[in-house]
Amino acid sequence: MGAKNRLGVNIAGVELKNPVMTASGTFGSGEEYSEFVDLNRLGAVVTKGVANVPWPGNPTPRVAEVYGGMLNAIGLQNPGVEVFCRRDLPFLKKYDTKIIVNVCGHSIEEYTEVVERLADEPVDMLEINISCPNVREGGIAFGTVPSVAEKITRACRNVAKQPIIMKLSPNVTDIGEMARAVEAGGADAVSLINTLTGMKIDVNRRKFVLANRTGGMSGPAVKPIALRMVYEAAHAVHLPVIGMGGIATAEDALEFILAGATAVSVGTANFSNPRATLDVAEGIDRYLEENGIDSVQDLIGAVEE
Amino acid sequence: MKIKETATIVSQSRISAGIYDMVLSAPGISGEAAPGQFVNVYLNDKSRLLPRPISLCGIDADRQTIRLVYRVSGAGTGEMAQMCAGEKLEILGPLGNGFPLEEAAGKRVFLVGGGIGVPPLLETARVLYESAALDEEQSDVIADEQRVSEKSDGVNAKTRTTEVVSVIGYRSDCFLKAEFDRYGDTIIATEDGSTGTRGNVMDAIRADGRKPDVIFACGPLPMLRALKTWAEEEQIPCWVSMEERMACGIGACLACVCRTREIDGHSQVKNTRVCKDGPVFNAAELDL
Repeated sequence: MGAKNRLGVNIAGVELKNPVMTASGTFGSGEEYSEFVDLNRLGAVVTKGVANVPWPGNPTPRVAEVYGGMLNAIGLQNPGVEVFCRRDLPFLKKYDTKIIVNVCGHSIEEYTEVVERLADEPVDMLEINISCPNVREGGIAFGTVPSVAEKITRACRNVAKQPIIMKLSPNVTDIGEMARAVEAGGADAVSLINTLTGMKIDVNRRKFVLANRTGGMSGPAVKPIALRMVYEAAHAVHLPVIGMGGIATAEDALEFILAGATAVSVGTANFSNPRATLDVAEGIDRYLEENGIDSVQDLIGAVEE
Repeated sequence: MKIKETATIVSQSRISAGIYDMVLSAPGISGEAAPGQFVNVYLNDKSRLLPRPISLCGIDADRQTIRLVYRVSGAGTGEMAQMCAGEKLEILGPLGNGFPLEEAAGKRVFLVGGGIGVPPLLETARVLYESAALDEEQSDVIADEQRVSEKSDGVNAKTRTTEVVSVIGYRSDCFLKAEFDRYGDTIIATEDGSTGTRGNVMDAIRADGRKPDVIFACGPLPMLRALKTWAEEEQIPCWVSMEERMACGIGACLACVCRTREIDGHSQVKNTRVCKDGPVFNAAELDL
């Protein structure tokens, strides 16, 4: 990297040293991966979803592999915001990276309780998860009806001291409409896509593979869908977009950036390659070098129309 | 320390129907691993994203190899079974916590395995047997020295050495049995009665009549449940190695949890991580 950081990007006033972050739920709060990844070299760590109280999650099996991807139905197991603040935040603060906390809840009140609790904590941004397909109440229910998404965005915006990113579900007819709804509610950024609801059946046992029957699909197989949705969302709103869905390589990440994403998240790829985040960041830098591009920002939405 | 390395297959053979025995050159992992730990195997066909968690059947730090004995249960292990000596696989390990060998020192330990839960107990048996043999040599030396210096009248307070008894259950074919025989007594159960006691490992334990001081076990959940119940009745400390569908293998994704009696340390919800907090747990702490 030269004197001027060509990988730097800005999301809602927060300066990221590079556009690569982790996708919520695949990276814990960073500790487990810190053996393989120098967290100082990530644009941001996006934590696993945090609720107002501990959540036990779903019965097992919680994961299944599918062709080119996987299904998960973890059900947002998490220790709750108090333990998160006491244990996980101090760990993350040791690193020179931005901290984005993913917030989940069953009701608007539960979301705002977490947002308020985090208001004075050393957190750079909040990602409001209105799109988890694996919890019955809340989660995706908030992310598929535009008026509800707008309402919860406004409720969080009213109590948040940090910029809020609304994480959108792909399980909708018109992603642009959802993006506009959260923009109207006061979102500072959007991130997408969360997982696509899927299913797998074991024909020998004639049973669902996942205890939850359905799960969220992620991995390389969803990338073309995610890319199309990121492109549509980026054209629907004037907010920065964080793109994700099947990103495993720098080339994948560059596709999302060219489609309009300011930053990208690497998720499922962490499971097949614990160093995937750094491989993507290094690959983007190499691409800029080889193509004589001064800043990754010049590539945002730069696909030729 | 967890190490990700490109391992080269030294040998591979089929040792029973659907059971394969793969030896990998893995200089990093072989120097770090302990019995009961596992490795993530990353497949070369990248349409299969998730690593396969496979327990260590053998660890040879001198030869810098690890040995995986696994069952072909799907496309991923099917891919592994097609591979030959000289081919390479990405692996990550050692992962998880192995058996608490110190709990067996100087005691009669039952190593109880069922089906594809048998392989990790082989390395456990070997290490316990060899450390017991070493202890015996050392205690003989100490006893000799005492005799010389104190001219004692033969009262020899020789410490009891570890006694390994392997209790292993199969459908029919007793793969790895001959190797277990090297490290102590072996009690066999087969479903078809072709070898040992007809039935499961609990039937074989009852037929044998001996009782252990401590149990290390790996196998199907019904077996672990029965063993845990028996161990609690008999007040025998029991450690079990759990199996669950995994994704990351390092404790981040929370896919592979099992129920605990008390609030778990990580998520505070009575769901503990098999890959990171296990796979070996004190059975008394689990809600099986």
